[in-house]
Amino acid sequence: MLAYLIRRLLLMVVTLLGVSIAIFLLLRIVPGNIADILLDSAGMIDPAEKAKIVTDLGLDLPLPVQYWHWLSGLFHGDLGYSYVSEKPVIEEILPRIPITARLAGLALTFAICAGVPLGVISAVRQNTKLDYFLRILSLSGLSMPAFWLGLLILMACVKWFGSIPIYDRAPATFGAWLAMLAIPAASVGFRSSALIMRLTRSSMLEVLRQDFVRTAKSKGLSDTAVTYDHALRNAVLPVITTIGVETAFLFGGLIVTETVFNIPGVARFLVEAIRWRDYPMVQNLVMFIAIVVVTVNLIVDLLYMVVDPRIRLGA
Amino acid sequence: MAPVLEVSGLNTVFHTRRGLVRAVQDVSFSVEAGETLAIVGESGCGKTITALSLMRLIPQPPGEIVSGSVKVDGTDLLRLDDRTMRQMRGGKIAMIFQEPMTALNPLMTVGKQIAEMVMLHDGLPKAAAKNRAVEMLQMVRIPEPARRAKEYPHQMSGGMRQRAMIAMALACKPKVLVADEPTTALDVTIQAQILDLIGDLQREFGTAVLLITHDLGVVAETAQRVVVMYAGRKVEEGSVSDLFARPLHPYLRGLLGSIPRLGSARGLALSPDERLREIPGMVPALSDLPPGCAFAPRCAQADAKCHAQIPPFEAKQANHFAACWQA
Repeated sequence: MLAYLIRRLLLMVVTLLGVSIAIFLLLRIVPGNIADILLDSAGMIDPAEKAKIVTDLGLDLPLPVQYWHWLSGLFHGDLGYSYVSEKPVIEEILPRIPITARLAGLALTFAICAGVPLGVISAVRQNTKLDYFLRILSLSGLSMPAFWLGLLILMACVKWFGSIPIYDRAPATFGAWLAMLAIPAASVGFRSSALIMRLTRSSMLEVLRQDFVRTAKSKGLSDTAVTYDHALRNAVLPVITTIGVETAFLFGGLIVTETVFNIPGVARFLVEAIRWRDYPMVQNLVMFIAIVVVTVNLIVDLLYMVVDPRIRLGA
Repeated sequence: MAPVLEVSGLNTVFHTRRGLVRAVQDVSFSVEAGETLAIVGESGCGKTITALSLMRLIPQPPGEIVSGSVKVDGTDLLRLDDRTMRQMRGGKIAMIFQEPMTALNPLMTVGKQIAEMVMLHDGLPKAAAKNRAVEMLQMVRIPEPARRAKEYPHQMSGGMRQRAMIAMALACKPKVLVADEPTTALDVTIQAQILDLIGDLQREFGTAVLLITHDLGVVAETAQRVVVMYAGRKVEEGSVSDLFARPLHPYLRGLLGSIPRLGSARGLALSPDERLREIPGMVPALSDLPPGCAFAPRCAQADAKCHAQIPPFEAKQANHFAACWQA
């Protein structure tokens, strides 16, 4: 167990190193740098000025040297300065993390709370009207882009309430905070819940056909006990994997949703940084997202071991 | 003595796309306390569906128990509401299944799977139920029962899992035990142990055992009476000694003729008529049964009447019944 954990942690470090090289190189392959974009937007081209910016930011150094500067900085906790705002990167990124984390957490809670029970119901009532309705609902959830659903909800708010909840950095009450984030969370959570629901359904259908479910019934257990105590636990492994993938996605992939709802989260900020070729910002943001992804993956694998004794005890 | 299990006129069908499949037709039998009745037949003859019908575990739809009664201690299970039926299941009538590998929940310890049953039916608190689970494991002769109770099914061998399954089924001292091919998936040496175990516990608890099997050897060793099924119907019924000594139905004669005997196993020279006989042809599809006797297409003695009319199930000798125009 301990050996496994150590192996996994080492693997995480290797993965993150790979990610750091990839994002570093990819950024430099993208044409143009901060100097080009600044001067373009200013509408003037003074080669001397441009060369000065490039030298100041160290963009003329060989790539391995630039990479080394970034990496060694990372290990010292120094993420560098943003090219655009000229503030320390850490100060720019840190306040945005809780915003995205809350949105993702809320969306995920919604997705799990709706997706898992509905998937179970759909499987238990296979081929009934309820099942068909839920399957159509989930299909529409998967087919509808979150930003479009978000826009629809906003338009509905305007029509019915005459206003839309505006993003507020420090809402007065928990209720206000929840109301503010509930709509964006629901609009992205709907898609995730649809995915989780479909997977729970198919996984449950698979399990419900198995012999031990019949055994559980033959013991005289109630349908609820058979479904939840015996079947669901066996069906939940693939669902956990999906929840892991969705968590990772929600942490870095909500660009459009954050834009539509005007939420100053990580994803929207990342796009902004890419547009300015703000290398330190982009590199560190992507590294942050990568850390979230590999951590979630580790948690998923550990959860596997908690749920399934065959994995834990090495069958 | 009044029978503990009394099944009469049981009809179970499946509504499929290819039409109505009559899996069990007009099957009746009874089992007394402490007695073992074996139901034998080839795969697909309706044995398992009969067993599942008794437990009301037929998947509905597509399955449906159309008519009949299943009385346990005088209570007709087919008339009970779901809640009362659940109390009967496991409490009064318990079942053990063919595949010990897949019939236990892989994510739950064996002890918990037994304890769950005891808590449900006998209302024992958790700690007492756990103790009972350990006692039951000891009773089915699992060594170190306290440790084994904390293990998961994948940590046990096939024979041990089947023992655990038996421990679970008998944990609430049911009146009737339905054993669906309990030894088919096991090694021969383990088979004998499991059959002995079921026999011993049956004597101890006075359980009526309904043994579903295709293995006539198992029948000879364990059962007192036998029901032979073919294509969803009973074709012969009687005591083990009568059936083995004087089989009436050509199907049973065919089954008995297809068992290898010691002489042939030793490779001794056999005369041509001593060779293993097989039953020609195949079991008919239950959705497409012939109008007369279902066995007629495979039967050497069949005549026009056999092909046209279903033979009645009647007493041919004292306590020996068969459904055959020729017997």
